[in-house]
Amino acid sequence: MSDQAASLRHPPATANADADALSAEIAGLIVQALNLEVAPTQIAPDQPLYGEGLGLDSIDILEIALVVSKKYGVQLRADSGENTRIFGSLRQLVDYIIAHRTK
Amino acid sequence: MIAYRAGAPVLVSEFLADAQRLVRSFPACTHIVNACTDRYHFTVGLAAALASGRVSLLPSSQAPQMMHQLGAFAPDAICLTDEMDTSLALPRLLYPRESLGANPDDAPATAAMPAVPLVDATQLAAYVFTSGSTGTPLPYRKTLGPLLDCMREGARRLGLGGRKRWAILATVPPQHMYGFEMSVLLALACGHALCAERPFYPADIAAALARLPRPRALITTPVHLRALLGSGVEPPAVDLLVSSTAPLAQQLAAEAERSFDTRLLEIYGSTETGQIAMRRPTHTAAWQLWSGVSLELEADGSWARGGHIEQPTLLPDVLEMTGAESFLLHGRVSDLVNIAGKRSSLAYLNHQLNSIPGVEDGAFFHAAEPSGSHTGVARVAACVVAPGLDAARLLAALRERVDAVFLPRPLLFVARLPRNDTGKLPLAALQSLAAHPNSATPA
Repeated sequence: MSDQAASLRHPPATANADADALSAEIAGLIVQALNLEVAPTQIAPDQPLYGEGLGLDSIDILEIALVVSKKYGVQLRADSGENTRIFGSLRQLVDYIIAHRTK
Repeated sequence: MIAYRAGAPVLVSEFLADAQRLVRSFPACTHIVNACTDRYHFTVGLAAALASGRVSLLPSSQAPQMMHQLGAFAPDAICLTDEMDTSLALPRLLYPRESLGANPDDAPATAAMPAVPLVDATQLAAYVFTSGSTGTPLPYRKTLGPLLDCMREGARRLGLGGRKRWAILATVPPQHMYGFEMSVLLALACGHALCAERPFYPADIAAALARLPRPRALITTPVHLRALLGSGVEPPAVDLLVSSTAPLAQQLAAEAERSFDTRLLEIYGSTETGQIAMRRPTHTAAWQLWSGVSLELEADGSWARGGHIEQPTLLPDVLEMTGAESFLLHGRVSDLVNIAGKRSSLAYLNHQLNSIPGVEDGAFFHAAEPSGSHTGVARVAACVVAPGLDAARLLAALRERVDAVFLPRPLLFVARLPRNDTGKLPLAALQSLAAHPNSATPA
């Protein structure tokens, strides 16, 4: 599974489908955990999650960090600006989870 | 030493030298808005202001409009900041990148301890601000003497008043009154070491704690405590947990004490009064008042005065005295909005909403049930008549005026607010709209 990150950069067809499925799953998690009024499919992959865009704030980020840690065994860390990059968009969050998941 | 940065100590001599250098870089002004995110930078800024007879302004909100309002309050104000990417309404003074102590080769020839500036207890240290009903933030004076008196009393009651130096890690910003007191002033008044970082994620909080020497304390809030306990991160040993800004559920307090194997103390206070009471929630529901503070209970809240309190303040909470110095907290007065420790009022939020061009009528209200998120953080809802606006534009306009946590969820567009004959908005009617959004006219 540690090769998943590498395979995402040179994606064969199956890795792409996996990432898409994971992206849909994570979008669903976000909507459910935060009780948002949008459907998971309405979260565009490159739309900003934080601030303008989906309009999440720091309380939401903490909540997403919690559900993500429970489901994928990923502990989010803020290392010199990575905070913004993880939640820059759904795609960036998915990439981070793919690279660090333990479940 | 006075601080830790990533576990490395910062000496008092460095701190004083940094403060001296900052004083020399201040332009001609009396007021400094201290917006530093790094707690050490903030404290150096505070010390530099104190040493040079300047008053620090602590912004209570991150909304852009706040800076405009502080500029209106104090036209000579500059903003001390350690971040480049914010566009400010005020002249900016960027905190110098490298501390004097960082490279010993750059240190001044005199390595001796710089003189500790003497500051009079009557000096005005800072203004803090709350949201009034008129939409303009209300300033509250914080004089140095009462601030330090309050901290020494608090330290004594929390078990931090002895000779031992504690390391203090906080998840709250230094501009918020709770953070100002418990993560900055506590260090300055009682000789403890503050921690420069403000960790956010549970894994970061645990890592930052583990780097600090014992004894160490964690100053935090129910939102972060819940996240920390639910994250599965191994809790490092800690010698004291402190929580404030919102009531902590009994079970959560008990779980925290078990997981961290330490006492959890809760603090009650306000921006206007500072901290005034504490309790250990696993042992008692009643709060113990600081010496000299008295409470007078009325229908629309409780007046607090005496002790270190500089002006009598109406606290928007329903309290019940259980003794001369103890009370129970029953709940908030209905106008108050407290979201994850940030406080506002429906009146203030409504003022902001209705000042947006295109909004004909709008009202914030408490939805009947929490939004259902695991954090248990209930949001505030809003109902609005704004024929030419959509949600995105309205929220963008609100984002300019209020802190992000107060953005309404849900936000309902209607043809008309459900006002009754006297023009009042019955809460039940608003809550019914929130429960049945399809009955609202689409924008």
